[in-house]
Amino acid sequence: MYAQMVKTDTARVRSLDEMDPVERDFQERIDAGQKIEPKEWMPEGYRKTLVRQISQHAHSEIVGQLPEGNWITRAPTLERKAILLAKVQDEAGHGLYLYCAAETLGISRDEMYGQLHSGKAKYSSIFNYPTLTWADIGAIGWLVDGAAIMNQVPLQRCSYGPYARAMVRICKEESFHQRQGFDILMKMVKGTPQQKAMVQDALNRWWWPSLMMFGPSDDASVHSAQSMAWKIKQNSNDELRQKFVDQTVPQAEYLGLTVPDPDLKWNENKGGYDFGEPDWSEFFDVIAGNGPCNAERLNARKSAWDEGAWFRDGLVAHAEKADARRAARMPAE
Amino acid sequence: MSSEWPLWEVFIRGQHGLNHRHVGSLHAPDAEMAINNGRDVYVRRNEGVSIWVVRSSDIAASAPSDKGPLFEPSNSKVYRHPTFFDIPDEVGHM
Repeated sequence: MYAQMVKTDTARVRSLDEMDPVERDFQERIDAGQKIEPKEWMPEGYRKTLVRQISQHAHSEIVGQLPEGNWITRAPTLERKAILLAKVQDEAGHGLYLYCAAETLGISRDEMYGQLHSGKAKYSSIFNYPTLTWADIGAIGWLVDGAAIMNQVPLQRCSYGPYARAMVRICKEESFHQRQGFDILMKMVKGTPQQKAMVQDALNRWWWPSLMMFGPSDDASVHSAQSMAWKIKQNSNDELRQKFVDQTVPQAEYLGLTVPDPDLKWNENKGGYDFGEPDWSEFFDVIAGNGPCNAERLNARKSAWDEGAWFRDGLVAHAEKADARRAARMPAE
Repeated sequence: MSSEWPLWEVFIRGQHGLNHRHVGSLHAPDAEMAINNGRDVYVRRNEGVSIWVVRSSDIAASAPSDKGPLFEPSNSKVYRHPTFFDIPDEVGHM
């Protein structure tokens, strides 16, 4: 999930009887599976929640370019380098679609950038972990993009039309990314013992942070309940995490790897794996800005923004001049 | 100076498509860059052969509340839906 712990400003989910007629009408449309479009009436909480979630998602795509971009100049073959470049370019595109989807809710992109740079808006906790070896690039594709897909496929049915439509485009490309990551690891585990050890080490470091991408366990989360009532979210955090584990463990076995969880065990009764608890204190630390790379990531974003200011201004000045020239050439009516 | 780049709506005509379809939007300082960025973002994988970009501020849209008065097909006005003419079989296909 690229958006974790999105606040909904609600204390509890209200029933239809407690709503005023306009809101009830809105909720009934959602319950009937209708899409909500930009200019239509929506509760302020719904709008705000979507802005938080979509912008957090967009920020994650943008910040997510940094850990992978770290290996572009050091990719081991030209082919891998070209693939990685194309992938990072896709992430930029995903950010773009998502910012535009959020903008239909009445916030500007520069405003969202401002919230990212000030630390007011979050991005996915996963991108605060460092990429230490080439195998990490494979692990990110396989696990991180895999977890993202798990979450984003249901988002294609999200009640807000522009977000749902952006997800359709994104999911298609996201599945390329997962395959390229798995392909890197498949080659490496068949390589030298050092290469295989590198892959195991990457799995050891990325496994738990990937499980945390689904957000905290939602037993007590009123935000999740409200998001689900609004059909912004379709599945609970734990449900998706379980699905991810069930899908991923056999893939790890296929690679001949060991999942770093002593509690991991197939449970015949539930037809899924039992697994250990992620370290939630680490999760909350990372979300609060104290993960291994939080400061580095934010600084990279901020300096790109600040040092690029003169260039953005130059482009605007040039566009204004060209507009003025064109206007001067036009005959007066 | 810190003016935000204007928003552009992007329309693409597919390989075998007859008309341009709205695919999304983007920010760019001018039309040329909007086309360049539109190409990079929306037409990288054979999605189409022609791009239009239009400043979002130049688009006027109908309001959702006008849905009834604007789009209600007035089924009571039968002369608008002339499906009731009898053409003799001898005339053939018409």
